[in-house]
Amino acid sequence: MPSTAESALGDRLVELTTSLRDHGVRVGTSEIADAARIATALGLDDRIRLRGGVAAAMLRRAGDREVFDRLFDLYFPAAPGRRTVPQAESVDQLREQLVQALADNDAQTLDDLAAAAVDLLGEVANGDEQQGYSSAQTISRLQPQRAIAAAQQQSRGPRGEGSGQGGEQLSDRFDRDELRARVAVFRRRVEAEALRRNTQVRSRERVARFGVGSGIEQRDFLSAGTKDLDELRRHIDPLARKLAARMSARRAAGRGAIDVRRTLRRSLSTGGVPIDPAYRERRRHRPDLIVLADLSGSVGAFSTFTMLLMQALHAQFRKVRAYGFVSSAAEITDVLRDAEPGAPLGIWARRTREFTAHGTSSSYGTAFRGFVRSEWESIGPRSTVLILGDARTNYGDPGVAHVAAIAARARHVAWLNPEPARMWDTGDSVAAAYGAVVDMHECRNLDQLRAFVARVLPI
Amino acid sequence: MTTPHPALAGVDQALQSLADVGYLASDEIATTVYLAEALGKPLLVEGPAGVGKTELAKAVSRAIGADLIRLQCYEGVDEARALYEWNHAAQLLRITAERDSHEHAWESLRSDIFGEEFLLPRPLLAAIRSEERVVLLIDELDKADEEMEGLLLEILSDFQVTVPELGTITARHRPFVVLTSNATRELSEALRRRCLFLHIDYPDPQLEARIVGLQAPGLDDTLTQSLVRIVGALRAGSLRKPPSVAETLDWAQTLVALGAEQLDPALVRSTLGVVLKHQDDIRTATSTLDLDRALDG
Repeated sequence: MPSTAESALGDRLVELTTSLRDHGVRVGTSEIADAARIATALGLDDRIRLRGGVAAAMLRRAGDREVFDRLFDLYFPAAPGRRTVPQAESVDQLREQLVQALADNDAQTLDDLAAAAVDLLGEVANGDEQQGYSSAQTISRLQPQRAIAAAQQQSRGPRGEGSGQGGEQLSDRFDRDELRARVAVFRRRVEAEALRRNTQVRSRERVARFGVGSGIEQRDFLSAGTKDLDELRRHIDPLARKLAARMSARRAAGRGAIDVRRTLRRSLSTGGVPIDPAYRERRRHRPDLIVLADLSGSVGAFSTFTMLLMQALHAQFRKVRAYGFVSSAAEITDVLRDAEPGAPLGIWARRTREFTAHGTSSSYGTAFRGFVRSEWESIGPRSTVLILGDARTNYGDPGVAHVAAIAARARHVAWLNPEPARMWDTGDSVAAAYGAVVDMHECRNLDQLRAFVARVLPI
Repeated sequence: MTTPHPALAGVDQALQSLADVGYLASDEIATTVYLAEALGKPLLVEGPAGVGKTELAKAVSRAIGADLIRLQCYEGVDEARALYEWNHAAQLLRITAERDSHEHAWESLRSDIFGEEFLLPRPLLAAIRSEERVVLLIDELDKADEEMEGLLLEILSDFQVTVPELGTITARHRPFVVLTSNATRELSEALRRRCLFLHIDYPDPQLEARIVGLQAPGLDDTLTQSLVRIVGALRAGSLRKPPSVAETLDWAQTLVALGAEQLDPALVRSTLGVVLKHQDDIRTATSTLDLDRALDG
């Protein structure tokens, strides 16, 4: 029989697992058992080590770690309630301490200050009724980004006449970025602290479900802001590498079967005994990739993702050609090479004549017709064509016949649609018509892109 | 649970023993290594290239005084290269040698040529059959084909392999297994489930400074600090291949060789090729750090 303490631990781990699953992290039952063994082996004294250990058992992907850490902190809090932290009297005093801690890069103090800030500024009360704590309110009252300039001055130290150091230092050219990163860490601490405090007021399950945002894996491309850009890129690059590896994979693993004819011929030199068998060579598939991306206004936010994906593919594939279209298609391979990572193409495209020969709103029919007419030769039996777009034609001609012609000629055609599948075929969307001739996949977030790369594409 | 090796009998011991053999581990790395040992599970290590994934396996082998058996995966690696192979040439010679003498019946010959004598053990079988405990490193598993993972499942969960002609061979000593992956391919769920997962990221500045201090002892402290800071700044920027610990160490050793005393733009500019391996990245870094302009003052 397990003791009460052990079963309480088990319950807590199960609750944590349930929350993780709510956030799209797959954790199996055997992982819970492993986590329990780990908790027994490590003991519960050192929270940070316990967190690392449980993560080793439960997680399978580095990208899930951020969500895991947040949820773990909720279910295994350091101590509930108010922490014994240096109390701050006023916003000014708090900001002063923040400047110092940022300049010194003192992680412990930043942590304490986050707790103090939530305590002082984060409380949301309706009359006498305690309604919890808000990280947004804390941040907007404290304005931690205003501490950056002062912290920069402080960390550079006194300069000029009198002091030993003269003039500019090399670190002056990037210390602002360092401080910004520290402020970002501080913000996350504030968010974590507010969540933790909220568990006093509301149930832990509620806080876990609504308070912890989903990881980058589940975040919608259409709602991705510029601050997600770097993170998105970090995830898309390896996916493009996977896609490249998968598409150029040999048809089957290992050496080929024995080539009887060549083995017998070789055996003549050893008196008819086949000592040195010859294997059939496997030929590598050298794919070429054609990406055709909708750059019109309706997929404006998606185009950042499109751009990232195309740039990442460009770095991985031997032969990749990218085309963009609004109402007519034009090649953008060179543009991709020179552009900033994730630079928004949409606005540029809607002002450029090559893409808008038939108007500035998207017209799939004319774009596909033009593409087929001018680029027919570049599509071959080894081409994989990737179409990125929402299949919203503004009630114009969808040009399904042209897509069907491309599908018949190319090795494989896949369509990635950034809209949720339930929105397809509503309004001017003609997803089903295209879906009849090519495979259309919902691709709203990294998770779906990952699934597409891993499973959908044929080898 | 088996009894852990004394060098890895706790998180602190693991931290200490790894440091003693020249591997400065983060707390999390030490925790997971200890758990892999205590729970007897293989360790799956992921992370960017050059953060010391392979080095970790080598350090564990030094720490517990065990031999390291390494299987380097590549596209097309198969059973014959990873597990075992029959020595066809020797078998044929044996058959030819026996052909003319009629003393041996075919029956005995057949059992003869599938004996241990003609078995060529490859890394996986060698690790299982070893008399001593070993550390088995399966490096860059993501480069191998998916069939390879299926082959590994029996070894990773039960530490045994089955050779049809010989039967099942179970490990005398459970090897410490480390698998590394650069995540060019998603490894199968079945494989991941059998392992403890460890993601090694770039170390924090303090740890990285200590690593530099250990591997490039000639560099003075202030220079080490500024070096680590610049590398951190480069990683934060948008580069195709951000510099890894391996590059930091190369850079540190270059600076030692040059006898540098202070980092200035010209020096950084001229040695940037050690840290960044793409022309694009060098261009980006040069412009963000404004390296073509000397310091004011």
